[in-house]
Amino acid sequence: MPRVDFDRDLMALQDELLLMGSMVEKAIAKAMDALKRRDLEAAREVVRDDDLIDQKQFDIEDHCINTMATQHPVAIDLRHIVTVLHISVELERMADYAEGIGKISIMMGDEPPLKPLIDIPRMADKTADMLRRSLDALVNRDVEAAHRVCGDDDEVDALYDQVYRELLTYMIEDAKNIRRATYLLWVAHDLERVADRATNIAERVIYMVTGKMAEVGASTY
Amino acid sequence: MTTVRMRPIMTRVAAKTGEPAQETAVDYAIEARSLRAYYGENLALKDVTLPMRRNYVTAIIGPSGCGKSTLVRCLNRMHELVPGARIEGKVLFGGADINAAGVDPVELRSRIGMVFQKPNPFPKSIYANVAFGLKINGHKGNMAEAVERSLRQAALWDEVKDRLNSPALSLSGGQQQRLCIARAIAIEPEVVLMDEPCSALDPIATMAIEDLIRRLKERYSIVIVTHNMQQAARVSDETAFLMVDQDRAGYLVEFDATERIFTNPSHEQTEAYITGRFS
Repeated sequence: MPRVDFDRDLMALQDELLLMGSMVEKAIAKAMDALKRRDLEAAREVVRDDDLIDQKQFDIEDHCINTMATQHPVAIDLRHIVTVLHISVELERMADYAEGIGKISIMMGDEPPLKPLIDIPRMADKTADMLRRSLDALVNRDVEAAHRVCGDDDEVDALYDQVYRELLTYMIEDAKNIRRATYLLWVAHDLERVADRATNIAERVIYMVTGKMAEVGASTY
Repeated sequence: MTTVRMRPIMTRVAAKTGEPAQETAVDYAIEARSLRAYYGENLALKDVTLPMRRNYVTAIIGPSGCGKSTLVRCLNRMHELVPGARIEGKVLFGGADINAAGVDPVELRSRIGMVFQKPNPFPKSIYANVAFGLKINGHKGNMAEAVERSLRQAALWDEVKDRLNSPALSLSGGQQQRLCIARAIAIEPEVVLMDEPCSALDPIATMAIEDLIRRLKERYSIVIVTHNMQQAARVSDETAFLMVDQDRAGYLVEFDATERIFTNPSHEQTEAYITGRFS
């Protein structure tokens, strides 16, 4: 005997989460684009639109609490709802990092970046890819895919390490570079944290499917 | 402390059956081993092996007709009261077979008490209901103290202490059920079997009984049959899930810690049942 309404409710909850995921992905892409193009208005929009993502997280949380209170989910249903709740928090934090990148753009003002942006956009592409694949793993209940997302965090950590060393040489070379190098370091750090959050999402997917809670690999940073 | 309480009955049953009293680890209050129950030629319960731990609340859940009630009735030989009913396999209590020759079923039932779905107090006073079992078991101590102790354990004393001579049937449904629990525990059983004890009660009375069950397990081992899965999740330490096969015989699908059954069960059938997708 299927629980039609309840199943529909669970799907609606997941759809809301996927919508939030795409909002976060767009926020990161827009923040990076604003940084590259020195588009202060776009950066301000990223900061402003973070409120929409915060509201989405509240809505999802509210939905989860209502479903738990009224449907008394157990087993896979309970793990599903708890996972959605957890992932919504991860996504909200990711959006905060996008907002952070927007604020850095605003602080940089009209100043040109210290150096051409090469590795930082690569980090952004990689983290966006991890975010997308972690949510795909959720939809497909795919533990293997979730494990692969966790594995990719090392790549982002390596890129961050590279960016860090490079910026350090700029700082050593000329103290006048320190301020602008620090801005870029903050951006790289924000992206590194986004990748960590994508890994957390993947770990939650593994929990949802298997019922086993475990940290898969550890971030260098 | 419970081990001390158990020893006399283990020795008594073992002496009558001639079996070694230590056959079962003392952790288990009662154990079904390859238990098969029949009504005439119909097999109602198929090869159930279920060790129920001492001072645990063990819940038995499953769809209608899966043999939950039959199983608990086998645990204190009430199954045999149905004409044509019989069992195969064993039920061990304190390590000894309760169906062995020489075991007195009446005495056994005084050690393995039962509370039923519908409160069934005798049409006597509150006091007489609790004292009844004590009297027929030849209680020699202070009767009034024993009645008070049982009513206190059943969390009913404060509500009835000023009207012990009132008819038991004047109590509310929830109070009547707690009175039945007081009556069952007055004779200090080791195991209390409860067959859907809250199904006739409102939510507040149900919560009171659940609270009581959690407290009673400190002194007794409890086996509870329930249709209410949330209740099993709330009160029990371990849960057994029974299903019914095509021939309408009940069988054990899964037995595990309640926490695990309700968060990550091992069997698909269990998951389908507890998540309400059972067909």
